[in-house]
Amino acid sequence: MPELDDSERNELQNTVARLLADRSSESDVRKTMETETGFDPALWQLLAEMGIVGLLIDEQFGGYGAGAMEIERVMEEVGAALLCSPLLASAVLAASVLGASGDDDAQRRLLPDMAKGTSIATIALTGTEGSWTPEGVAVRAESNGTDWTLSGTASFVIHGQNADVVLVVANTEQGTALFQVEPSELGTAIRALPTFDHTLRLAEIEFAATKAQLIGEDGNGWPAVEQGLNLTRVALAGEQAGGARRVLDMTVEYAKNRVQFGRAIGSFQAIKHMAADLLLESESATSAARHAAMSLASTSDDAEPAISLAGFACADAFSAVTAASIQMHGGIGFTWEHPAHLYLRRARADAQLFGTPMFYRERYIQQLGG
Amino acid sequence: MSEASGDNPASVSNDAIRDEVQSWLADNWDPEAMKKGAFGPLGRDWTAKVVDAAWAATRWPKQWYGRDYNDAQARIVETEFARVGAPGTGQDRINLWANTVLTFGNEQFKKKYVPALLKSEINMCLLYSEPGAGSDLAGLRTRAERDGDEWVVNGQKVWTSGAATADYGMLVARTDWESPKHGGISFFFCPMKQPGVEVRPLRQITNESHFNEVFLTDVRIPATNLLGPLNGGWRVLQTALAYERSMMGEGARGSRSGAKGASEKGEEELIALAREAGRLSDPVLRQDIARVIAYKKLNALNTARAKAELEQGTSSPIMSLGKLAMSRILHEEAKLRTNLLDAGSLLESSDYPRAEDANFLTLNAYFTSIGGGTDQIQRNIIGERVLGLPKEPEVDRDVPFRSVRSS
Repeated sequence: MPELDDSERNELQNTVARLLADRSSESDVRKTMETETGFDPALWQLLAEMGIVGLLIDEQFGGYGAGAMEIERVMEEVGAALLCSPLLASAVLAASVLGASGDDDAQRRLLPDMAKGTSIATIALTGTEGSWTPEGVAVRAESNGTDWTLSGTASFVIHGQNADVVLVVANTEQGTALFQVEPSELGTAIRALPTFDHTLRLAEIEFAATKAQLIGEDGNGWPAVEQGLNLTRVALAGEQAGGARRVLDMTVEYAKNRVQFGRAIGSFQAIKHMAADLLLESESATSAARHAAMSLASTSDDAEPAISLAGFACADAFSAVTAASIQMHGGIGFTWEHPAHLYLRRARADAQLFGTPMFYRERYIQQLGG
Repeated sequence: MSEASGDNPASVSNDAIRDEVQSWLADNWDPEAMKKGAFGPLGRDWTAKVVDAAWAATRWPKQWYGRDYNDAQARIVETEFARVGAPGTGQDRINLWANTVLTFGNEQFKKKYVPALLKSEINMCLLYSEPGAGSDLAGLRTRAERDGDEWVVNGQKVWTSGAATADYGMLVARTDWESPKHGGISFFFCPMKQPGVEVRPLRQITNESHFNEVFLTDVRIPATNLLGPLNGGWRVLQTALAYERSMMGEGARGSRSGAKGASEKGEEELIALAREAGRLSDPVLRQDIARVIAYKKLNALNTARAKAELEQGTSSPIMSLGKLAMSRILHEEAKLRTNLLDAGSLLESSDYPRAEDANFLTLNAYFTSIGGGTDQIQRNIIGERVLGLPKEPEVDRDVPFRSVRSS
């Protein structure tokens, strides 16, 4: 795919925004989040036909070969519309880890169907501790010389219950390696977890001498995982920035229309000043997410700290905006029928996946030499 | 805001402009001479040279020392001046005095003052705020009354820098007490060297004195020094304030000594400070350091994005956020520096430079969060002008000013 310029990225973002306005309205989200799979297969197919599902997958495997700057913009709209889908798990994390794995056979075997959306992939990479670091890997792989088996527990596997392709990060005698497991091998060993964010699907997988196929090189699996994680962190930052902006818009609109004491509540400084502070949070999140995307796309030296910065700035902004939004809505914001809590739930989930704000701040100061 | 504003950009190519300014600078600019004071006190002779060669305000019309350049053309000139470190250009953006006079003065007035203001031949000060009119500037009570060919002014102004050396002050005073508050204000060019003007320095919480109180007792202003229409001073003031903000825009002082604020220094500095204090391994402080560095970085990223969006022609809400962001940076950095020192912050004097920095920043952060409109006023502005929230009802808006309550 030829490099997009900024106006083309705007157009890409607008296209996704229009689709999601139509197909991922609040009522769509509420309907979909109550289904077992937690996503709308018809909408998933539409996203695949538009090229969104294959956006990060290399052209030779039927994708578009786009990068961080494009997926970040798409994810802004995903966050704004609270899209329920395996996009982050399959099209971003699994696709980019596979893309970085250097395993041509596996890529040829798996990526074309993933790009088409006909196969959903996920990656099991952390144990019940949920740290998304090499230390957090809690699956052990053993080889008898020809075949591999996996043992141990992987948790917080995004859309694990819906996956056709299950990638697993495991420890071997050589270090870390990436594997693929057939869902048919797992059966009841894969268990859906009840999630606080109802728009999210998580699973836990118990491996007990489960047959697995090695992807890439034994002992050298983590760099590909880290590469995929970084791209995913940028995508998630985009989701958080887009979510924060949408919630702020929604809240400001309410403050303009809700009348108490004979005035719109937005005319009260108690509300107005909160809104002004949230605008700073939300705009800073957008700047941080886009800057991280640009740094990663241009492989600048600045990329690592830029991703960490986005990691905590966007998570904190989304959390702050959604939390304040409930307060600013007052009673209506405390009801199930109002969407404010759906965004708060998503913000709280996003602030945990792949690293917490505290984790990112610590990583940031280390990356700056502290 | 100036008369030209690039309506009829001069039909000259960018390369030609660059060549011309480069060769003029090569012939005239001498940084060594500037350092040695060969261009007179404050480099005034240099500024005069720049003005006479029409480089000082290139966006302005030719008859007013300009070149009718559009913004892009003017930026070329500014870039070339900046490249060699020469001051004096870009005054059409940042010289609030000259801009205000050019916009609102009559021909005779402009002829008299525009060149002098461009060449910094006269010193100026601002006579806006009053003890009873801070955030609510339109509530000002300094009065100007007509007496023949003159106005007679009585009242008190505050937060005036440079009052002691100023030749003239830009003064807002009430000329009509029966109109609502915004409608009875006029804008004057007030001569400062006269007996009725008394200047008293204000001592700030930082123990510095950058500002003054100015007491005006039967001060006389020639009637020709009225800028803009009688009772139309509020609009003149808005224009002047816009120029002042574009002057203030960048940065704030973060240390007593440094011209460059601590807040503009790199992230390494805070980390180095923590290391020096032996506190870099404290996990709580590490989180705080990351947070403060992030506030700075995010502000820089916001500014860069706003500029890029403005260049693409989309308006950006971000510009209005810079002041709030800067206030937070300064106050949070002050807290962090204090926490890094702990009991060390009990001390002052140049023997304890770390304590000086932390304590100075703690106090001077209010310069940004109060000065130029408090953060609270700024939040109103963002809420109303950017987010479109309704204004607070103003009980004094349509009332004759004479009956407006004051403290």
